[in-house]
Amino acid sequence: MLEVKDLHVHYGAIHAIKGISFHVGEGEIVSLIGANGAGKTTTLQAMSGLKKISGGFVAFMGNDLAKIKPEKILRLGMAHVPEGRRIFSRMSVQENLEMSAYIVKSKEQVQEEFKHVLELFPRLGERLKQRAGTLSGGEQQMLAISRALMSRPKMILMDEPSMGLSPILVKEIFRIVAQCKKDGMTILLVEQNASIALSISDRAYVLETGRIALEGNSSELMGNVEVKKAYLGG
Amino acid sequence: MVLLQQVISGLSIGSVYALVALGYTMVYGIVQLINFAHGDIIMVGSYAVFFAINQLGAPFWLAILASMLFCAAIGVLMEKVAYKPLRNPPSRRALAFAAGLIAFMLLLMFVISIAIALMAALCVCVAALFLTKRIGWSPKGGAPRISALITAIGVSLFLQNIFMLAFSPDPKPFPSVMEGTLKYGGRYSISYGALATMAISVGLMAALSIFISRTKMGRAMRAVSEDAGAAVLMGVNVNSTISATFAIGSALAAVGGALYSASYPQIDPFMGSQFGLKAFIAAVLGGIGVVPGAMLGGFAMGVAESLTKAVDSRWSDAVVFLILIIVLLFKPSGVLGKNTKEKV
Ligand SMILES: Nc1ncnc2c1ncn2[C@@H]1O[C@H](COP(=O)(O)OP(=O)(O)OP(=O)(O)O)[C@@H](O)[C@H]1O
Ligand SMILES: [Mg+2]
Repeated sequence: MLEVKDLHVHYGAIHAIKGISFHVGEGEIVSLIGANGAGKTTTLQAMSGLKKISGGFVAFMGNDLAKIKPEKILRLGMAHVPEGRRIFSRMSVQENLEMSAYIVKSKEQVQEEFKHVLELFPRLGERLKQRAGTLSGGEQQMLAISRALMSRPKMILMDEPSMGLSPILVKEIFRIVAQCKKDGMTILLVEQNASIALSISDRAYVLETGRIALEGNSSELMGNVEVKKAYLGG
Repeated sequence: MVLLQQVISGLSIGSVYALVALGYTMVYGIVQLINFAHGDIIMVGSYAVFFAINQLGAPFWLAILASMLFCAAIGVLMEKVAYKPLRNPPSRRALAFAAGLIAFMLLLMFVISIAIALMAALCVCVAALFLTKRIGWSPKGGAPRISALITAIGVSLFLQNIFMLAFSPDPKPFPSVMEGTLKYGGRYSISYGALATMAISVGLMAALSIFISRTKMGRAMRAVSEDAGAAVLMGVNVNSTISATFAIGSALAAVGGALYSASYPQIDPFMGSQFGLKAFIAAVLGGIGVVPGAMLGGFAMGVAESLTKAVDSRWSDAVVFLILIIVLLFKPSGVLGKNTKEKV
């Protein structure tokens, strides 16, 4: 579904991604783990068009993403839940959700998706009129995920959905991630919390300063000594 | 009752300040640029109305509509030509085209034949493309914000000078379009012009508020002004949203210009800077980037000015700047502004 070959990304003179290749198959959850500054966020931004790629090739369902305008990528079916949530804090919860109506043409479909995400996150339903900026951190994360789901994407990129959340909420969020997979969605998950990422994903890549250091099935990586040392706190 | 009279005339001119302040504030909200050329759009719009009435014999309302469209186009053009290249690097092709165009215009001044100028310009175009490719140079975007600010001043001077060259610096009398006064209570009167000005401005502001809060494009504008990157992830086309903002702001300035010129019946190429400055201060007073702030600031400014005039007309301009100083001293983010540090 997603095929990345020899990807390079620069910030001015900083070479942040130094030629990585990976793929995500249809219906898979693939996680990308790595320390701070490894380049996880940059990689996701290069997929969704927020960051221009300076070399290599990214194909999503056969489309060369370098040739597609950033705002068109969502229309192809790839949604991105960005790092730090980035909800529109001055808008109401409802308006945030309706942002996806920007690309969904039919009112019925918007209504349907509305019902769907409110089933996933009943808490948001009680706060539709509230300004999104006044939500708690966990609720904001729920909103960010719901907002991405509203366009009914085929694939979803998630950047550290567990960041800053209590263990209970982390569990809640990952229950939803698993639910999305059940509903047939493909997921590329970026996490610092390696143990939870490996436990939910099918395969994983370990990113180290812009290069892929390790890759494999998540269950194998979980047993890998180096991974244990570096990312699993033992 | 004199007081009431002054308040009404203040609200009337204030509603025009508000219309123009909206353009400053909307553009600032979306691209964090103080568009100094916005004031000159008032002037462009006034000239457009002037010519539509005097040369084409159009009725006032039709002249305003035409001027709105014209100014919207000028606003978008200004954004695309002057400001956008500072945000996003233009392509090498666009630069080569610009070089060719400049060469063409320069050559036209010295060369008699259009054909020769055209061929030479084409050569310049191709040479620019080839050279930039050869040395591997490509334009860089993301210029510092001060560049955009200076560019805006340049655009303002450009518009003023073009109009001065084309129509001479002398003021032209604006046709009288809204005559008559409404008498009440025996001794008091309000001009129909002041009433119409207020009605039109308030109507437009109401329409704008609905547009911003209810429509897809309005929501896109709010999204881009808060977080352009996140808006892109929602499928919003940032560039067309910015263009729409410039178009709407400029169209409102066109109306403001027409209403202002109608009650102060003369126009000149520099009228935009004084009026624009006051409207800008109104936007700052209300909180730049905040739409209701611009409306509030406009009305407050108009009333303050008008009341001062009643006491001593020499002070009316000074009061405007006094307001600016007070705002900057005590609440730099403006009355309705968010008291947060500006994100840079
Ligand atoms: N806007 C920027 N300008 C310059 N360098 C940047 C910018 N954003 C990221 N970088 C650099 O690119 C590298 C990768 O950053 P990135 O944000 O992708 O890391 P990350 O793996 O997501 O880290 P974290 O776990 O902290 O979110 C880092 O070295 C960082 O300093
Ligand atoms: Mg990151």
